[in-house]
Amino acid sequence: MASVEFKNVTKSFGEFKAVADVSFDIGDGEFVCLLGPSGCGKTTSLRMLAGLETPTSGKILIGGEEVTHLHPKDRNIAMVFQDYALYPHMNLADNIAYPLKVRGEPVAQRHGRAKEVADVLKIGHLMDRLPSQISGGQQQRTSLARALVYPAKVYLFDEPLSNLDAKLRLEARGFLNHLQRDMGMTAVYVTHDQAEAMALATRIAVMDQGHIVQFASPIEIYRRPATTFVANFVGNPPMNLVEVEGAQVDGKLVLKAEGLTIAGLAMTDAIGKALTASGKLTLGVRPEHLGIAAAGAVNTITAPLFANENMGPESLVTVDRGDSARVTARIFTDDHLDLSKVVTLGFSAEHVHLFDSAGKRIPALGE
Amino acid sequence: MTTEPIEAKPKKVRNFALLSNRAGAAFLTPAGLLVSVFVIVPFFWVIFVSFTNRTLLGRTALNPEFVGLANYLSLFDPATFFQRGQFGFSLILTTQFVLASALLGQALLGLLLAWLIQTVPPWVKRITETFVIAAWILPEVVIGFAWFAFLDRDQGTLNMLLEGLGLPPGDFLLQQPFWVIVVFNTWRGAAFSMMLFNSAFSSIPPSYFQAADVAGASSWQKFRDIGLPLIRGHIVTDLILITMWTFNTFTPFLLTNGGPSYRTELVSIYNYRVAFQDFQFGKGAAVGVIMMLINLAFALIYLSIGRKKRR
Repeated sequence: MASVEFKNVTKSFGEFKAVADVSFDIGDGEFVCLLGPSGCGKTTSLRMLAGLETPTSGKILIGGEEVTHLHPKDRNIAMVFQDYALYPHMNLADNIAYPLKVRGEPVAQRHGRAKEVADVLKIGHLMDRLPSQISGGQQQRTSLARALVYPAKVYLFDEPLSNLDAKLRLEARGFLNHLQRDMGMTAVYVTHDQAEAMALATRIAVMDQGHIVQFASPIEIYRRPATTFVANFVGNPPMNLVEVEGAQVDGKLVLKAEGLTIAGLAMTDAIGKALTASGKLTLGVRPEHLGIAAAGAVNTITAPLFANENMGPESLVTVDRGDSARVTARIFTDDHLDLSKVVTLGFSAEHVHLFDSAGKRIPALGE
Repeated sequence: MTTEPIEAKPKKVRNFALLSNRAGAAFLTPAGLLVSVFVIVPFFWVIFVSFTNRTLLGRTALNPEFVGLANYLSLFDPATFFQRGQFGFSLILTTQFVLASALLGQALLGLLLAWLIQTVPPWVKRITETFVIAAWILPEVVIGFAWFAFLDRDQGTLNMLLEGLGLPPGDFLLQQPFWVIVVFNTWRGAAFSMMLFNSAFSSIPPSYFQAADVAGASSWQKFRDIGLPLIRGHIVTDLILITMWTFNTFTPFLLTNGGPSYRTELVSIYNYRVAFQDFQFGKGAAVGVIMMLINLAFALIYLSIGRKKRR
């Protein structure tokens, strides 16, 4: 196990900067998720760490040693690929033992070790099969077994669960979490699924257009998203964002928007600074912090009902404020909600997030 | 999580007609006639001629006699079979030629080149491909003459280069005629094998090699454990095709004329000499029939392997 460091790493493909001046540290034993939409540079970052791509500039360190230009085979890393990359002509035993074979271990020894790992992953009974003769979930665990069969400094995961169906994905996710607790491995895990990142990571790096927007623990990212991009990307459904006009009245911040009633908020220096730049702010409230409220109450959003989806333990109630500016509430009830045509959704002041006109978070009082 | 049924995909059956049967037959007729006049009739004609003592001149030119298996027996006459300029000698020579220039030369060189250009920058790969293809698409006669000019004793480019380097010149066409045609045929045909293996390697998902890289495999290990086993089918196809082509090739005739003293007389050249220089049509036809049988054997092996792969 070892730490990982990116120092001002940039990767350009012609004019296009896939990764732009990215720096971060990953501690020994940390499980870090690179999270972002497709094309944000997360996979390129991982491939540079693996040595499959060379950075245009910057340095990459594993365990304090510079590896920027080292060949992948000299980095002592293990990687799980999105398509699993299992060799179709080798049975599971040979597939899993392959990293040991290239290290020159004798057959009996490497097959024994492969069987041990496969047993932990519950595929030990399939060692004679070819990859084409087992299911997708089993293939995924085979590729995981091949990565775990030798001691690596860092474990890399390139969207390893994205080819599984929803149920298998949940199961595999839980298993990975268990494995991380068991082994305490240093891992870098690329995903576009925020739920996967939240569930697995000790820290998440949210990436957008080649930059790291926020690098923090899952709880921190959930509670205090650094930008509207992060707020909109993390959470299921994502945070509701409402464009509002802000003004200072009698030492309080007053926010105005169609259908919104909100009590004056305490002013802070940060809010004052944002207001001098522009009065256009963004108000954010998470769906799970919204509830059905009485019409005319304070701290509410009122708009015509758009959708009412019952999911079993919870209902998603969506109202449409016009121009597709929709607000969704996540209401925890297993009863069917009887709603009128116009719905009022209420929230409490402590759950309000504010972002300035550039989309940056305005720290709340006491942050 | 443990078991998902492995789906058996139903076979797609394409069953539609572009033309009515009658229209299709009408379109096929001209081609069918041409094929029968220029391929099928000569095929049986050669078989027929091989049982006669037909020649170009003399009494047997007009009234060839039926001689049974005499032509075949004379080809396989144990007293002269292995003598220079006889059928057996040329058959053994051809076998050596196929082994050295097709199997070792073309296939091995092609495989090596194809593997090496997998990892070079794209522009190097493109340039290499262009040169190799150029060697492949040039007309046989042009290449034959170019090599003749290259190897000529007095005015040849190779001897000028050797003298420039202070090395003794040689008369390669006379001294090493067999190796000249081996090198020539290797140079000529390596392109095909390289392109075939190149496309075979390219069809392997890059993540297979990347996974091996990360696992710590060297280039040789990747080649032995992943590259080679995954293109095994292509290698068999390639070996059979180039064996057939090299077995039938006539181009070395342009370089050495089959000589000196029959030392480069491959079966195709032997066949040509017997039929069109000695004008013994009957015996020549018999050589042709034997060559056809050997080709047929190769073709059957090729087809049966092809069928096994598809299954």
